[in-house]
Amino acid sequence: MNSLRKFFDNIKPNFQEGGKLHAFRSLYDGFETFAFVPNTTAGRCGTHVHDAIDSKRIMSLVVIALVPALLFGMYNVGYQNALAAGQLDNATFWGMFGFGLLAVLPKIIVSYIVGLGIEFTVAQWKNEEIHEGFLVSGIIIPMIVPVNTPLWMLAIATAFAVIFAKEIFGGTGMNIFNVALITRAFLFFSYPSSMTGDDTVWVAQNAIWGLGYDVPDTFSAATPLGEIAAGATTLSTSFCDQVCGFIPGSIGETSVVAIAIGACLLLCTGVASWKTMLSVFVGGACTGWMYNALGLSPLDACQHIVLGGFCFGAVFMATDPVTSARTEGGKWIYGLLIGFVAVTVRVLNPGYPEGMMLAILLMNLFAPLIDYCFVSHNISKRAKRAINK
Amino acid sequence: MANVIKLRKGLDVNLKGKASLETMQTKVEGQYALVPDDFGGMKPKVVVKEGDSVKVGDALFVDKQHPEVKFVSPVSGKVACVERGERRKVLSVRVDADGRQEAATFAEKDPLKLLLASGLFAFFRMRPYDVVANPEDKPKAIFVSAFNSMPLAQDFEYVLQGQEKEWQAGLSLLAKIAKVHLGISAKQKAAALTGAKDCTITIFDGPAPAGNVGVQINHVSPINKGEVVWTMGAEEVIFVGRLALSGKVDLTRTVAVAGSEVKAPKYARTLVGQPIKSILAGQTASGKSLRIINGNPMVGVKTDMEGFLAAHATEVTVIPEGDDVHEMLGWIAPRLKEFSTSRSYFSWLRPKSAEYTLDARVKGGERHIIMSGEYDSVFPMDIYAGYLVKAIIAGDIDRQEALGIYEVAPEDFAIAEFVDSSKLELQRIVREGLDILRKENA
Repeated sequence: MNSLRKFFDNIKPNFQEGGKLHAFRSLYDGFETFAFVPNTTAGRCGTHVHDAIDSKRIMSLVVIALVPALLFGMYNVGYQNALAAGQLDNATFWGMFGFGLLAVLPKIIVSYIVGLGIEFTVAQWKNEEIHEGFLVSGIIIPMIVPVNTPLWMLAIATAFAVIFAKEIFGGTGMNIFNVALITRAFLFFSYPSSMTGDDTVWVAQNAIWGLGYDVPDTFSAATPLGEIAAGATTLSTSFCDQVCGFIPGSIGETSVVAIAIGACLLLCTGVASWKTMLSVFVGGACTGWMYNALGLSPLDACQHIVLGGFCFGAVFMATDPVTSARTEGGKWIYGLLIGFVAVTVRVLNPGYPEGMMLAILLMNLFAPLIDYCFVSHNISKRAKRAINK
Repeated sequence: MANVIKLRKGLDVNLKGKASLETMQTKVEGQYALVPDDFGGMKPKVVVKEGDSVKVGDALFVDKQHPEVKFVSPVSGKVACVERGERRKVLSVRVDADGRQEAATFAEKDPLKLLLASGLFAFFRMRPYDVVANPEDKPKAIFVSAFNSMPLAQDFEYVLQGQEKEWQAGLSLLAKIAKVHLGISAKQKAAALTGAKDCTITIFDGPAPAGNVGVQINHVSPINKGEVVWTMGAEEVIFVGRLALSGKVDLTRTVAVAGSEVKAPKYARTLVGQPIKSILAGQTASGKSLRIINGNPMVGVKTDMEGFLAAHATEVTVIPEGDDVHEMLGWIAPRLKEFSTSRSYFSWLRPKSAEYTLDARVKGGERHIIMSGEYDSVFPMDIYAGYLVKAIIAGDIDRQEALGIYEVAPEDFAIAEFVDSSKLELQRIVREGLDILRKENA
């Protein structure tokens, strides 16, 4: 520990004002505060002691909560590949996982390099510390795209989202839309064939470094919601597989079980709002039940929640504190409406078999309006008090 | 039976080094100082010269805008110097105590005039703005909180022992100026508090900042635009009582000397303006970088051994500074000794009685407001604290008014500043907001 501290102290002068590496000051700050808790002390007035929590820890916790879903996603990539090639009996656990790791890792690396690169540059330019927000977005992005998304598309979409959804608003904490979802939406509308297309995007088709299997080019596998949108009334996968996650889909969103582990961590530590999370599920289930009862959807309420990115969106993206409603009452309405809109989009618009992405982005837009109503209520109460005194 | 108000929001932080219930006596000797900055919102005009003889209760400086508001010497002796800083700003007026404590006598019949003449009026603060009160205002009420819920704060029930008569006399005198509201804690049982006369008693039951007078005002009689409320510290009511009974000013306080770095935390009987070193001599642990605070760790002002007891300070706290600590990988380490409201640390698993030694580190970088509801969870008022802070940062005066800035003081945001994961200096932000608003409304 001491030698690391000495190393930082030794190189620090280079990065300070007038040092030859001053242009990389934010990079140095980023690594120093990553290695050591900053020991700046409180000002002359104000609170002299502080809670140990900081945004680094909060963001790290979300990343940790995402890990089960990510690891399962890697395994499922290998599993789906083996299934498509008809080699499931010959494939080993580590073989499938290794294949998934090789297929997913480049996406994570690209997402982080592009996103963090922009963050570092902006931090240096604005003379600010590096904000941690992208740690979470950077890992969510590869998890919500199909496995066959080309890396260059991912890079362009990430750059677009970080610059136009976050940095121009002022960085982490000031953005209106969830950055990861903007990446997904950018891909969805710019390269539709690579996002859903002809159902060839969900399963990895080529062996990588001897792992995995080559699948014929003509092979296609639709997600369960894709099947329904195409007019099917029964699904080709069992409910058990859908809950465990052995179905085609975006990399990280298939397993309800893995997402539930992350949800437990977020709720126990209080990082995510239980009100938002619960109300998304309640909204989705009620709406699903309604459409099912009306005969508009062959799926029951339970399947609506299990399928697609519903769980992933509810747990990891609807609860993003920056873009969700900030008032306690507003969180209920925000969540309920996300659930409602997501299922409605799925059922009533066959062009969009999913719906969670659009629902959350739409409610991101409405969150300030919901809060406005709650805050206005408080304001008018105060104004009335002044008149009635 | 007094009205009981239960408060759920808030946070009690259990810090190490609470003052034990015994009192040491300090001598009246050496140099004392009155610091104009302790009386927020006032521009001082010094009315003494170096070498002048002063008695206890003689004015050292007055408010330029309201010269009838005087700031008086806590000791008798000779004026040693007027310490000035940049642009000749008065930093302090110092008096060499002669130890005799000769006091001027005041015999005004009108209670307001008596307080103005004796300088005790200066201890009134007003809401809005949390500054020294304006004698021309007609306050709708005077609020006194008889307890401080902040960590390591003075236990007023202990301080009150033996001064019950002065306390009641003080309340009775204040009641002649305006209606007096007294806020007491559900834990306080002293007859002088629960049976106080000439005031309306409200009992508050809840965690910090329930003892803040601002929180109590918000629940008892919230301030509307155009209204003025005066507040006074509980111990300062005793000053008023002493004046009412004897006609003399006596600014003797019993302050809590507390904190993890004080060898034997206990109470000290001192005067306003007492040199810190006479209070802390031989009391602090050595070998570590220390932070000495005039007040408690939540709302105090940093000082040092050469400083003086602030006018409103009811405790002197010493905690580790922490600037020599290099904690590795704090974002992921368990950090078992740290206190946090977040369950990503393990302090929630430890018993409530567990005491923490916290240093003055901010423990994170400043960020935009990211998490929602953090401030509101420890802000027991009917105000959207997060939105108010944002309105202040944005400089939107209309919105600040609409959101209730007239009801708050920086100290009300102390616990919110403690829990804030974005590490914003909320008390400074609110103070600046109030100052700008006051200038605009002047």
